[in-house]
Amino acid sequence: MTRSTVTFDSPWRTSTILVTSLTLPGGNRGLLFVRAGPYLEWRGPSFASVAPGSRLTIRSRDVDPRSASLLNDAQALGLTQVTAIDVADVVFFDSDLAFEQRVAIEEVLVDPLLQTATWQPPTGGIDTELLPGVTDPAAQAVALAARTVGLPDLEVATGMHFDVRGDIDDVTVSLLARRLLANQVIERWATAPIAPSFIDSHATAERSVDHVAICDLDDDALLTLNKERGLSMDLAELHAVAEFYRGSGREPTDVELETLAQTWSEHCSHKTFRALISTPDGTQIQPLLQQLRACTDAIAAPFVVSAFVGNAGIVTYHPGTTVAVKVETHNHPSAIEPFGGANTGVGGVIRDVMGTAHDPIAITDILCFGPTDIPADELPEGVLHPRLVQSGVIAGVADYGNKIGLPTVAGAVIYDPGYTANPLVYAGCIGVAAAAPPLPGPQPGDLVVVMGGRTGRDGLRGATFSSATMDATTGDVAGASVQIGDPIVEKLVIDAMRELHGLYTAVTDCGAGGLSSAVGEMAEGIGAEVDVTIAPLKYPGLRPWEVWLSEAQERMVFAVPPHHFEALLAVCARHGVEAVSLGTFTGDGVLRVRAGDLQVLELDTHFLHDGRPQRSMIAELPTPYRGEPTLPECDDLADTLLRLLAHPDIASKEHIIRRYDHEIRGATVVRPLVGEGHDGHADGVVLARPTDTHGLALGIGVNPWYGLTDPERMAHAVVDEAIRNIVAVGADPAKVSLLDNFSWGDPRRPSTLGDLVMAVDGCCAAALAHTAPFVSGKDSLNNEYLGSDGQRHAVPPTLVITAMAHVPDADLVVTPDLKRAGDVLVLVGTTAPEFGGSHFEMVGGRIGRAVVPAPDADAPVRYRRLHAAMQTGRVRACHDVSEGGLAVTLAEMALAGRLGIRVETLPHDHAPTAWFAESNGRLVCAVAADDVEWFVAALGEPATVLGVVTDDAALVIDGITIDDVVMRTAWKGAAQ
Amino acid sequence: MSTPQAIVLAAPGTNRDHDVAFALELAGAAPRLTLLAELLADSSVLADAQMLVVAGGFSYADALGAGRMWSLQLTHGVGDALRGFVAAGKPVIGICNGFQVLTRTGLLPGALGHNSSGHFQCEWVRLDAPASRSVWTQGLDPIECPIAHGEGRYVHPDPAALAANGQVAFTYTGTNPNGSLDAIAGVCDESGVVLGLMPHPENHVLARQHPRHARGSAAGLGLPLFRQGVRYARER
Repeated sequence: MTRSTVTFDSPWRTSTILVTSLTLPGGNRGLLFVRAGPYLEWRGPSFASVAPGSRLTIRSRDVDPRSASLLNDAQALGLTQVTAIDVADVVFFDSDLAFEQRVAIEEVLVDPLLQTATWQPPTGGIDTELLPGVTDPAAQAVALAARTVGLPDLEVATGMHFDVRGDIDDVTVSLLARRLLANQVIERWATAPIAPSFIDSHATAERSVDHVAICDLDDDALLTLNKERGLSMDLAELHAVAEFYRGSGREPTDVELETLAQTWSEHCSHKTFRALISTPDGTQIQPLLQQLRACTDAIAAPFVVSAFVGNAGIVTYHPGTTVAVKVETHNHPSAIEPFGGANTGVGGVIRDVMGTAHDPIAITDILCFGPTDIPADELPEGVLHPRLVQSGVIAGVADYGNKIGLPTVAGAVIYDPGYTANPLVYAGCIGVAAAAPPLPGPQPGDLVVVMGGRTGRDGLRGATFSSATMDATTGDVAGASVQIGDPIVEKLVIDAMRELHGLYTAVTDCGAGGLSSAVGEMAEGIGAEVDVTIAPLKYPGLRPWEVWLSEAQERMVFAVPPHHFEALLAVCARHGVEAVSLGTFTGDGVLRVRAGDLQVLELDTHFLHDGRPQRSMIAELPTPYRGEPTLPECDDLADTLLRLLAHPDIASKEHIIRRYDHEIRGATVVRPLVGEGHDGHADGVVLARPTDTHGLALGIGVNPWYGLTDPERMAHAVVDEAIRNIVAVGADPAKVSLLDNFSWGDPRRPSTLGDLVMAVDGCCAAALAHTAPFVSGKDSLNNEYLGSDGQRHAVPPTLVITAMAHVPDADLVVTPDLKRAGDVLVLVGTTAPEFGGSHFEMVGGRIGRAVVPAPDADAPVRYRRLHAAMQTGRVRACHDVSEGGLAVTLAEMALAGRLGIRVETLPHDHAPTAWFAESNGRLVCAVAADDVEWFVAALGEPATVLGVVTDDAALVIDGITIDDVVMRTAWKGAAQ
Repeated sequence: MSTPQAIVLAAPGTNRDHDVAFALELAGAAPRLTLLAELLADSSVLADAQMLVVAGGFSYADALGAGRMWSLQLTHGVGDALRGFVAAGKPVIGICNGFQVLTRTGLLPGALGHNSSGHFQCEWVRLDAPASRSVWTQGLDPIECPIAHGEGRYVHPDPAALAANGQVAFTYTGTNPNGSLDAIAGVCDESGVVLGLMPHPENHVLARQHPRHARGSAAGLGLPLFRQGVRYARER
């Protein structure tokens, strides 16, 4: 049997494909393959024999919705001459399939009501194929399907086919393929038909070990080695390594050097947060991590079980139950492969929670993108268009969260030119567990068990990659640093772990650094010996160091007493989860890695974890303006409000939120979208299991624009915002846990570090003021891009605060949507002309000398009083005041409730301040008219009785009327 | 028999099995979570059960099309036992991914394609249960519950004939969220014992689960659907 090709004589760029007959020798049978419509061109087949192999091209019978979306993207990227892109899926087989085999495969893969298919390769258009080794669940499924129907084992690869129409030339085609159709980090493309490549299933790898000469190198040579091997170490660290090996009387093996680089990376060891910092005048500053810990210790909240240790923070709000919470960043991978980067960011943070033996219950995501309307030719070289970054990241988050079966609940999406080259992706996870004594940790003799996904070349050197500055070639060289997730595998591990309690003494996830980090961390002080050749591989041919350092996803490492191993394997088998023992924890404090008989690593775990010299760094502290502000001017209050509602940061995010399943588990009591039309943004979300009366609230605070001028006030403001958001939905402000996530530029620049120092100061002050302890945090530094223009592009200082708190009664939650006409609106908190970094400024407001909103010392008391008032059930609606100020808050409450508002009293004499200032500590509440006196007395001063809720379809402030429809159009129309 | 035993079947990637098990429990059944591998190894569990639920999720990651791999496993592994279950008149329900699976096994008519939006959607819908053959929906009031799917656009060569034959069990009212033909949200087989629907009534079995609960305007519990199925299984 040979493969047959239908040849057209028309040039590919104007032809479309797609002809097959029912009787071709290629084996098409009775399915209807001829695509209707004006594109059909039958020129009659001629057959040419090509390389062995078969490809099945599958198309949608109805319009494939992916086509329209691709066309939109192409036009947005400036390729306006493209008029249509038709999409098809392709499955490649490495062998010629017999007629009966093709029949059997089609029966499995093609739904005749929905699809058409052909075995004829196209003669034009663009083909893409996933690179061999990239996680490809579809190919795995085809192979499984083939086995199910009794076909022999087949090598399978998958890809896509695109027919492009329009007045286009080869240059356009190439641009289209590179910018839109194929991400060359994970895919390759060619004019169809592509010659597919398959995993070499017979590859072998030499079991060898190289020694790297380092002991006698001078500084220049050390730095060269550092660069060549991508170690991301500094000179002091290189010296420490060289000295250690000089003392050992030998050179390091390549595996040892890589392991040290991973373990000592910024990503894994947080060297900046542990560094000795001093200012240029010699003032010493306590290491930042120590400051945050000290602040948690000082608060001494009784509900904190474990803070800043292990994979996640752990608290208890309800007897018998603990809650684990963690937020991570996955910025660099998301910059070069948005789908995979965000996808595995979610998968990774879920594993962090699994690594504390908690059962994940919900996901959060905070995303920062460049402006999605930036012209493609203004992008720095090598940078993906923010529009594609955004769609890829959102699809990646949705894919992982939806498939693993966790609700994606709280989040934020913000835009700034500073994120164009460096998008930020924060993903968080919450888990619950029955309260239990802490795991004892690995004991000598326990087995080193790796469970879950198989190991491939995925993500090699991810930790050192994420700790380095990117440049225009990053996307090319970092291919191996990117991983694609397989959420189903991780879900099966979660399912298995529910039945593994008591069978292990320690668990951690395989994240950055792979086994080297996971086993290395677990073996700290006790030692372990493992044989990497035992690890199940996705494909053969991996060298020992590749197995040891691979960041293949969905893997957990357990310490398992030998007598429990059988029981553990039985649970895993029931759930279809692979688990193997790679070796044992030894008790001698030495980490040894073998490949069969060959030892490739022998390291004292003490040196591995404590041998890194502490960094000394210089911080230049910022001096923000905090004097008297200028009162801003505003010619048209109503128009400014509309521009604020349309600003991408404030406008409706419904189009994103609805891509995530926030309903699964039936526990999302306050959803991210609320109100009469289910389209208002909630301040925070509340989760409560159907069988529980109490629940948990989650809120987010983020405002990089404050940080540009006053990072200390910024930090205080975002802590206050995160707490305000959960108080607004009914959470108890006395039981708040905080997480800090810093994404910053290169801290070796003293001014950047100075900003970080002040932000940590602000965090600590705010946490103490609110008696809300930090329980976990993470820093992602070096978020900079070295453009081909030679300039460094750093992200704005972006601190994301996640607040989690107890909700005593899930039936008493409060949402921002107005409930009924006649209710009275009360603003609590003080309004001052604070416009520094405000959205009023971003939409063109003239602010003169401005100050970033100052901390409100009365906010903690106010929040506790408000919570007490809410517990009576008499607060009908509540919404915090943040970006855009009071006017935006009121508009959002009215729109969400499909009601109007008439405001008669403003909280400040200066109208622009009353409408748009962003002072901290403020919330707007709706109460029944009879309850106003009670509410104001309960909350105490300052409180402003603003006005009433009306049946009118308008917001009327101080005599200025803004129509409901106009506001809604502004708010929903700017959807990016 | 007072408490019918309900098999809640889960393939690798099924994720609303616990939600539907909770709904069944509230409705008076005894749910038994059963992994596909266990059913394939021993199909006699079906003989002991009075109801079968094919639960929602992303079986096999929806690779190659939603529900395809799972239906293949069922058809090749326990096709006869499954057909026997239906022939015995025991009620079967497939929700979301379960609906996709049942259409692909041929137990239910039609097919489910990609949403016309081209992507996954999570939103609340309102469902009517028109007069039909379904034993699950007799006398059922309208239901409000969420959808959470990317491939829920119902397709059938002759939807009018399907309706005329009493096999359209649920329709979307108000908004048709995914471009389904004739706004069809759920269908039954000719015998009426097998029901499939895309939305998730199991996520609205308590008033607190409704998004407008805080507004005091929650309505359309999904629980009566499960109660009706349980009653049928009990009284059959």
